Amino acid sequence: MIIEKELTTKYLTVSMGPQHPATHGVLRLVLELDGETVVKCTPDIGYLHRGLEKLAENKTWPAAMTLTSRLDYCSAVANESGYCLAVEKLLGVEVPERAKFIRTMTCEMVRIASHIIWLSAHAIDIGAMTVFLYAMRDRELILDLFEMLCGARLLHIYPRIGGVRCDVDQKFLDGLWDFTEKFPKLIEEYETLIDQNRIWLQRTKGIGIVSAEEAINMGLTGPVLRGSGVPYDIRKIAPYDAYDKVEFEVPLGKNCDVYDRYRCRMEEFRQSNKIIRQCIEKLPDGLALNPDAPGLDMMPGPLKKAAPAPAPAADGTPASKVEDGPAFTEIYSATEVPKGELGYYFVSDGTGKPYRMKVRTPSFIHISALQRLCVGVLVADVIALIGTVDIVLGECDR
Amino acid sequence: MDNNILYSGFYKLLGITGEPGALAMTVAALLAIVVVLVAVLLHVAYATYFERKVIGHMQMRLGPMRVGWHGLLQPFADGLKLFFKEDIFPAGCYKTVFRLAPIYSLFAALSSLAVIPFFGTFYIANINVGILYIFAISGVGTYGIIMAGWSSNSKYAFLGGMRSAAQLISYEVAMGLSLVGVMIMSGSLNLIEIVEAQQTHWYGMYLIPQFLGFFVFAVSAFAETNRTPFCLPEAESELVAGYFAEYSGMRFSLFFLAEYTAMIIMSSMSVICFFGGWTLPPFLTDAIPALNMVPGVVWFAGKVYFHIFVFYWVRATLPRYRYDYLMRLGWKVLIPLALVNIVVTSIIKYLA
Repeated sequence: MIIEKELTTKYLTVSMGPQHPATHGVLRLVLELDGETVVKCTPDIGYLHRGLEKLAENKTWPAAMTLTSRLDYCSAVANESGYCLAVEKLLGVEVPERAKFIRTMTCEMVRIASHIIWLSAHAIDIGAMTVFLYAMRDRELILDLFEMLCGARLLHIYPRIGGVRCDVDQKFLDGLWDFTEKFPKLIEEYETLIDQNRIWLQRTKGIGIVSAEEAINMGLTGPVLRGSGVPYDIRKIAPYDAYDKVEFEVPLGKNCDVYDRYRCRMEEFRQSNKIIRQCIEKLPDGLALNPDAPGLDMMPGPLKKAAPAPAPAADGTPASKVEDGPAFTEIYSATEVPKGELGYYFVSDGTGKPYRMKVRTPSFIHISALQRLCVGVLVADVIALIGTVDIVLGECDR
Repeated sequence: MDNNILYSGFYKLLGITGEPGALAMTVAALLAIVVVLVAVLLHVAYATYFERKVIGHMQMRLGPMRVGWHGLLQPFADGLKLFFKEDIFPAGCYKTVFRLAPIYSLFAALSSLAVIPFFGTFYIANINVGILYIFAISGVGTYGIIMAGWSSNSKYAFLGGMRSAAQLISYEVAMGLSLVGVMIMSGSLNLIEIVEAQQTHWYGMYLIPQFLGFFVFAVSAFAETNRTPFCLPEAESELVAGYFAEYSGMRFSLFFLAEYTAMIIMSSMSVICFFGGWTLPPFLTDAIPALNMVPGVVWFAGKVYFHIFVFYWVRATLPRYRYDYLMRLGWKVLIPLALVNIVVTSIIKYLA
């Protein structure tokens, strides 16, 4: 009896990451385990912090765009388009119609590429190895198309303030059309492997349930929110680029679990495919880049000529300053990137550089949700949950 | 050991006629062990190559292609690389146990080979409790995994070791029960007699009457060998590498060898107990008498490789089970099924 009193149990603290095959880069989760059950989960981020927001302050508006492709490196074009949209709003630059369609098209291409990364990582984390290779094989097709379009495969830096860098040619459009022809069959191939698989269903159904209310309170966006049945998609509710000119549906989940979020993203594959086809069909003629837009030669100094100094008053005393310092303008602009809502908040002092750039990245907010999602689940479910929130640490740590 | 060609071959080689002495018997036994080990370890080496090729082609890639023709020398390149790698002890590990664990695992795996009859007259030992011996030895193998997990001073390895212990103990029960049907039908625990008993039926394979037992056995075999979908002890995406997360170089390769040897042994067990071992069903050999000319080892190896192929096929297809589902499957599905199988088999045997 005495021995029994002396027996104490304590939780096993496991540091999952930053070097771990399933933490998608350098995420570290400090797990407190009671046997195999997680009692507490503390995400630890910042291993990939590069100070992108601060760096942007020392670059001109067009140059700072190159930083945004390093946010979520799986969907570079989407980040860059979002950045350009925000800057265009700030500087009042018009975008030609053709460029809008091209941007929409490339954004959807990159959504497919990013979702493929998600699917393959999610599947291999749960143990379905073949889905990973099938999906990666097909991502190569998209990357090849991007290479054809702009020379870059991963960090495209393709959009420009006021349009896109180079126009699309017929060869690219034909290649993309061929891709959209065969991609639906490829989606079915992934689904054959896991969609009805009993083990997959056991591992994903009823796991990581987030009610719609909770999801909104936690600030979740993108497919993670839509998996909980909230019809929030910036492409629909505040259309930008050419999203108001194409038809698509926003897939929603019902059961708010890992499986529904998986279904949502699989459905988004099809919707993206549809959008790309419509973009190719409806692509208008015209310029791909507004010739009046600020180019790469933009200078960091004040954009407009400074107002002439007020003339001294008649009695010789210097004129009182009307404005102290530069005139600040601020803007927030959000776009729907593959992972959720990507918001750019800029403060400008009227010069050729951002005074402050703040990025609202979906991954950062989704990681904070892990803290709540991971309580009371098994270690194996933690892996499924990391997969389902679809995070990229480059975007989270910035 | 009267008709064992391994021993009689050695006696002939050593020039011994008549009843061999104790020394000659020992030497012959040692030689037999060497022959079997070399043969099996070569198969193990190529089982890894086979796995990479099979899964590679299933996943639309080529697998090893660089070392030798179509990568045929890859297993040796891997072995050499692992052999010359630095021998690392993690900080704070229990060195003696850490050293012992992989040897123990491999020892347990290889010991099972002693009673496997590869074909009628080719085996190291013919004991009358072959099945029990194999169960006992594979149970012992668990210790190697627990020792590795505990001595590594790593939480991942520790969790892997714990999972493995629970998993192996649960599935050992199901596996043992699944073979009781075979024992009842053949009336023997001797592996050779089990094969011979299957020949007395026209179908020549216990797979047909014992399909339920075979199902339970097959699922348990996956769990016993820690293969996908039951690869929880070494779940790559959860526990990094599980119990051997801290091992490198030669020690790692010993675990690797143990795993593949265990896979070959489980396949051999399945072949012997359910697929008629080195024999073909009598209705086939009656129909095509030419099949009798083919040496039994061909059928045995063919059947074993078919099993190994299935192991790989499953690995390329299925996701991984979760720990609690694994336990639920073991205790709530497989063991009841095995018990039903025993009852039904006993009743039929009693009535017949």
